[in-house]
Amino acid sequence: MSRVVLRAVLVMLAWLTLGQFSYAELTIEITQGVDNPTRIAVVPFGWKGTGALPEDIGQIVAADLMRSGQFVALERTNMLSLPSQRKDVFFRDWRVLEQEYLLIGEVTQISPSAGYKVQYELYDVYKQSRIFGEMVTGGATKLRDVAHRISDKIYENLTGVRGAFSTRVLYVTANRLGDGKDRFQLQLADADGYRAQTILESYEPILSPDWSPDAKKIAYVSFESRRPAIYIQDLVTGQREKIPSFRGMNSAPSWSPDGKTLAMVLSKDGNPELYLMDIATRRLTRLTHHFGIDTEPSWAADGKSLVFTSSRGGQPQIYRLTLATGAVKRLTFEGDYNARGRLSKDGRFLLMVHRREGIFHIAVKDLVRDDLRILTQTKLDESPSIAPNGSMVIYATNYDNKGILAAVSIDGRVKFRLPSKHGNVREPSWSPY
Amino acid sequence: MQVANVLKVLLLGSALVWMAGCSTSGSKDDAETARRAAEEAAAAQAYRAEEEARLASQAMEAEENARRQADQQRLLGITTFYFDFDQSVVKPEARAALEAHALYLTSNGGNVVLEGHADERGTREYNLALGERRAEAIGRYLTVLGVTSQQIETVSYGEERPASLGHDDSSWSLNRRVELRYEN
Repeated sequence: MSRVVLRAVLVMLAWLTLGQFSYAELTIEITQGVDNPTRIAVVPFGWKGTGALPEDIGQIVAADLMRSGQFVALERTNMLSLPSQRKDVFFRDWRVLEQEYLLIGEVTQISPSAGYKVQYELYDVYKQSRIFGEMVTGGATKLRDVAHRISDKIYENLTGVRGAFSTRVLYVTANRLGDGKDRFQLQLADADGYRAQTILESYEPILSPDWSPDAKKIAYVSFESRRPAIYIQDLVTGQREKIPSFRGMNSAPSWSPDGKTLAMVLSKDGNPELYLMDIATRRLTRLTHHFGIDTEPSWAADGKSLVFTSSRGGQPQIYRLTLATGAVKRLTFEGDYNARGRLSKDGRFLLMVHRREGIFHIAVKDLVRDDLRILTQTKLDESPSIAPNGSMVIYATNYDNKGILAAVSIDGRVKFRLPSKHGNVREPSWSPY
Repeated sequence: MQVANVLKVLLLGSALVWMAGCSTSGSKDDAETARRAAEEAAAAQAYRAEEEARLASQAMEAEENARRQADQQRLLGITTFYFDFDQSVVKPEARAALEAHALYLTSNGGNVVLEGHADERGTREYNLALGERRAEAIGRYLTVLGVTSQQIETVSYGEERPASLGHDDSSWSLNRRVELRYEN
């Protein structure tokens, strides 16, 4: 009884500490970038107000753009001038430093209640012309969001791809305590590792977090009832509920693109099989009928099929199940272990965990060109999750004897690590937009 | 003539035989007594030997039982069963201990929980299923030996609760396991 109370208290405490942490839970270490990154100078934003500016917007934008691996931001110590308005810009100052683009801006305090006004401008240095700019308002707690919005706009303008800097990442941390017990936390942070909040804390394992398509709810597996069960949690209200669980495994939840159905793995009928649960009615539909292991379902963006892992061929491989017909088709033919498939939004790329010569890598298969490529040099890779703009893949791996998150671009050219200050990190899940 | 000779021989022979029989009549009782005494002695000795053998075999049986009991206790102390990579086949080394547990459970009733585990390689959800496969394999073995399915509960922790935290073969082999726990 007291254990239940303790757990309830922990969950409540986690929600009460929804705080703004100004340090990064996850730090970023870029290990590989593109050969010729675009050079951009992000000048520290001017400040018109009293007291200290709560956030260094320029620094957040520069870090965002650097993290894409496609940009390199000029170091502040090299800047010859620090303009915050057009009239103070001398393009020569930036041409001399071989910068291609220049971002300047200014933050003005409106009032303690109304917050701040942020004005920014992006310039093409060689053409000496303004590309675009805008004014955004935000409260003190929203300044990081303003900065990420600026990064998104610049990224989209200069690369043609929608930015994913305003997205968030769910992940699990695990630490072994002194008495041999483990402490698990389900955490939610910004895509740059900041503002981490603990969504759930437990002495029992947490795994397989998954986002609802509107990014308002999450589903995950928790062992808090001493066996694996699926929980749905509303990120806005904090409410959580355990969905009906059955004897054996209840795991691998995957939200359908229309948000109405949860695919999952249940072993109640004697063997791990795929099921669909209608979230409103709780009605179950069984999808697979094979004595092999069927697990890790993941929806295609059009909602018409699911990819999943199955050992029906002897060893784990990835298959596609078409819902209308029930037809199952094998997708992976290279290597003796392919699992945890995730499709890109356009359905063209299949991300997976792929074993080659005993080492588990993240690999991507181009389903149109029928061509598989290994993306990582790390080992013991797991849980690939694609950014909503399809540009980066975040995954879990081992580094320096610790579980860390790492990221790699879909073309393999950009790589970075995200180790945590607080122990082992795993099971990342990138939010939708 | 010849007939008469034969008859004479026969008569003589039988007389001789008869005389031989008669001639021992004096010491016949002594020999008989001696023989009977010898027989009795032999019988007693045989009986003693049988008794000794019976006692010896009883003692051996008791020793055997004690040894079996100690062995049972030792086998009941074995509650972790290991598996090969990506396999859920019960290994021959596990059988003796499983038989001991099955005997205990069928004789005394009670319930067991079988916790299935996997090493960290591969994906978490697949390893959850693999752990369950292993726990079920052990459970099936027990039911074949007479344990009822109501007495057995299986749960899988996949790779989430490693026994050994290393990232090499020796650690991994310690993590591919099923742990048997008696429930009160």
